[in-house]
Amino acid sequence: MNTVAQTLIAAPHAHGGNSVTRTMLQVQIALVPATLFSFWLFGWPAFFVWLTCIAACLACEALCLRLAGRPVRPALADGSAALTGWLLALSLPPWSPWWVPVVGAGIAIIVAKQVFGGLGQNVFNPAMVARVALLVSFPLPLTQWVAPLAASPGLVDSLWIFLTGAPLPDAMASASLLGHGKTELARGVDLAQAFAASSAPALSWSGVRAGSLGESASLLLLLGGLYLLALRVIRWPIPLAVLAGLAVPAAMAHAVDPARYLDATTHLLSGAAVLGAFFIATDYVTSPNTTAGQLLFGAGIGLMTWIIRTWGGYPEGMAFAVLMLNALTPAIDRLCKPRILGRDRRGKALAVQGEQP
Amino acid sequence: MGFMNLFKTFFSAHWGIHPADDRKRPAADQPVRTMPVPARLHLPLQQHLGAPAKPCVQVGETVNKGQLLAGAAGGVSAPIHAPTSGTIVAIEEVIAPHLSGLATPAMVLAADGRDEWCELTPCAEPFALAPEEIAERVAAAGVVGLGGAAFPSAVKLAGAARAKVHTLILNGGECEPYLSCDDRLMRDRAAGIVEGIRLMLRATGACRALIGIEDNKPEAIAAMQVAAAACPEIRVAVVPARYPMGSEKQLIQTLTGGEVPAGGLPADIGVVVHNVGTALAVRAAVVEGQPLISRLVTVNGGAARAPGNIEVRIGTLVEEVLAFAGGVDDAALARRVLGGPMMGMQVAHWRVPVTKGISGILALDAGEAAAQAAQDCIRCGNCIEACPMGLLPLEMRARVAAGTLAQALDFGLKDCMACGCCAYVCPAHIPLVQYFAHAKGQLAADERAAAKLDATKQLAQQKQDRLAREAREKAEAAARRKAERAAQEAAAAAKEGAKA
Repeated sequence: MNTVAQTLIAAPHAHGGNSVTRTMLQVQIALVPATLFSFWLFGWPAFFVWLTCIAACLACEALCLRLAGRPVRPALADGSAALTGWLLALSLPPWSPWWVPVVGAGIAIIVAKQVFGGLGQNVFNPAMVARVALLVSFPLPLTQWVAPLAASPGLVDSLWIFLTGAPLPDAMASASLLGHGKTELARGVDLAQAFAASSAPALSWSGVRAGSLGESASLLLLLGGLYLLALRVIRWPIPLAVLAGLAVPAAMAHAVDPARYLDATTHLLSGAAVLGAFFIATDYVTSPNTTAGQLLFGAGIGLMTWIIRTWGGYPEGMAFAVLMLNALTPAIDRLCKPRILGRDRRGKALAVQGEQP
Repeated sequence: MGFMNLFKTFFSAHWGIHPADDRKRPAADQPVRTMPVPARLHLPLQQHLGAPAKPCVQVGETVNKGQLLAGAAGGVSAPIHAPTSGTIVAIEEVIAPHLSGLATPAMVLAADGRDEWCELTPCAEPFALAPEEIAERVAAAGVVGLGGAAFPSAVKLAGAARAKVHTLILNGGECEPYLSCDDRLMRDRAAGIVEGIRLMLRATGACRALIGIEDNKPEAIAAMQVAAAACPEIRVAVVPARYPMGSEKQLIQTLTGGEVPAGGLPADIGVVVHNVGTALAVRAAVVEGQPLISRLVTVNGGAARAPGNIEVRIGTLVEEVLAFAGGVDDAALARRVLGGPMMGMQVAHWRVPVTKGISGILALDAGEAAAQAAQDCIRCGNCIEACPMGLLPLEMRARVAAGTLAQALDFGLKDCMACGCCAYVCPAHIPLVQYFAHAKGQLAADERAAAKLDATKQLAQQKQDRLAREAREKAEAAARRKAERAAQEAAAAAKEGAKA
């Protein structure tokens, strides 16, 4: 009878069984189809980029935890660092040289996550901080897109490409769809002509096109996103608002001037729109936590992405938009508190009702 | 319609939790077993909310079953009666059925085995009684809310009559996992419950009664519908099985759409809520004149050998109840809980008495207790979605952890009813309820300290005032005496002058 531990704890004495590790694992499962597709599309170098991102993130996390004197093993087992690495890999060019994932992992885990206090404390999405920092610091390797299925180098050649960062031969280089559109517009060529040329990257529903790992397989990412929605790992407001915030202004502008503005479908299927909507913007730590707040946050990301894509200096704006709205998250949370039962929106107790039938 | 359903899916409140397995069965389907009277009964004087009862019998006195042992003390209190006939052998401290494990004053009754009733005063025509008379009989019988809170029922009945409520809600939700004593009562004693409800309608003056039953109890729903068929003013209302549906505010909102104002009572919106078990106790009190001396208790949990519902005399030790119910697998036992798993309390041992408010005895195994070390909050927001009060548990916890309780109050700490939904869904296993309980305790201590400081200040001020007044009076008296002396001397001098 007295074998039971005598530490008395408060109720509840039951638990739903959810865990951080399981949540992170489910997100990773949702990413598997799109990731495998990208490996097929871009060959072994892409696999090395992915592997290095995750390994480097885990190493950085372990280093920081050790320096902070916190237990290392349970924190690594929660899967959050591995997920950050995975998402970072999906945002990088598939043939990045080895140091890009390593530097990126350092920025993501050390600067964007652990310096803020570790899991749950960071203001900005670590993977996006890393991507933006890399893009701004090393624009050249971060905008080198390899043509899909252009070549399938063997394992040894791939390792060589990965380790030396040899520049892409022209024949294998390609522009991403958004990048091509932006360049042509800057040259004074309107979109109708820009995409009429045979060399132009076509909008491909199958996802066989140039871009970062996570940019190509939009539909597989959508599948993963729906899987997360079905499991209730993520909720619907953010993805819906992000996609609507991007598609609605895009459709309106395209209706007004198709020669200057890309259509909504192109916007949704290219770049990191789907990845961002379902996997990046929905990051628990850096997004608001009420439905109203999430709708506002998502719509803001969608709209900012469209604005940057349309008028900004970069062809893709998802990462920037996410970081901007991350910064607004505490303010949105303050603005969008739920109404407490028995109180009005301002927190005042409801009035006592008179007699009723 | 399809659109409305979609709308509901997206925009209706998603509060609460819905465990995949509520673990109510097979215990709920076992017939009720009645436990024989144990050799000794331990009757704490505080078995209800409010002031403890005052003993009115002496040690050594022989009492009959149902005899008054301790009377209600004050407006919110309830008397305690002898659960069987026997001798009062002690009035001493026993370990309370409480997390603290502290002792509480109690009467110890040694049963004589005769189990003989004292003289009862049944009522042949209970519906001829005035509303106040019904409340009086309920008060005299020591009936308290049997759902767990143990609030004196008569106080609630009288209060509802004063507030002129229009709806009486019977709580047959029994939303806590594992528990099935209310379910069992509704299945087995539906007619008695309905008679109790009619008496409560009369006592409160309400014009209709709604019996809220969760849809996971089809047998109880059917039984109650049959029993209530002849009474148009009583309606069985099926509610979705979702914890905490049996919480007063949530049940009222689900059944009537009304919201109880924060800090207010259901009577503020014309409603009063009683447990179905309480209705049965009200019937026994009013019709038979029988006080509340026993109750139905669910014995359940993975370490309980023969789960089921047991009719137990108040004051029986939990240990004895478990022994009667088939025993506990000590090797598998991981946690002892009184009440339900969501809001019940853990106890260190089973040597505590069953009181009026205890609805369940749970012997949980390691898998059920689900004890795990807490991790960092990942701000997933599951707790926000689960909170039935519309609070932000994760924000509140962060403030409590940082020690900024004033900010935690801004997030609605006082509206938290400790239902435990947040902790149940937390993937990081953070003991949120423990944080909030700690914060509420701290705030109460702060308030007490502030009140004490105020009182001390007031006393010090009064002392200063008194000293100043005394000094002033002394000075005035001295001045007066001086003036008198001066006057006397002047008079004497004048006399002297006149002589000269």
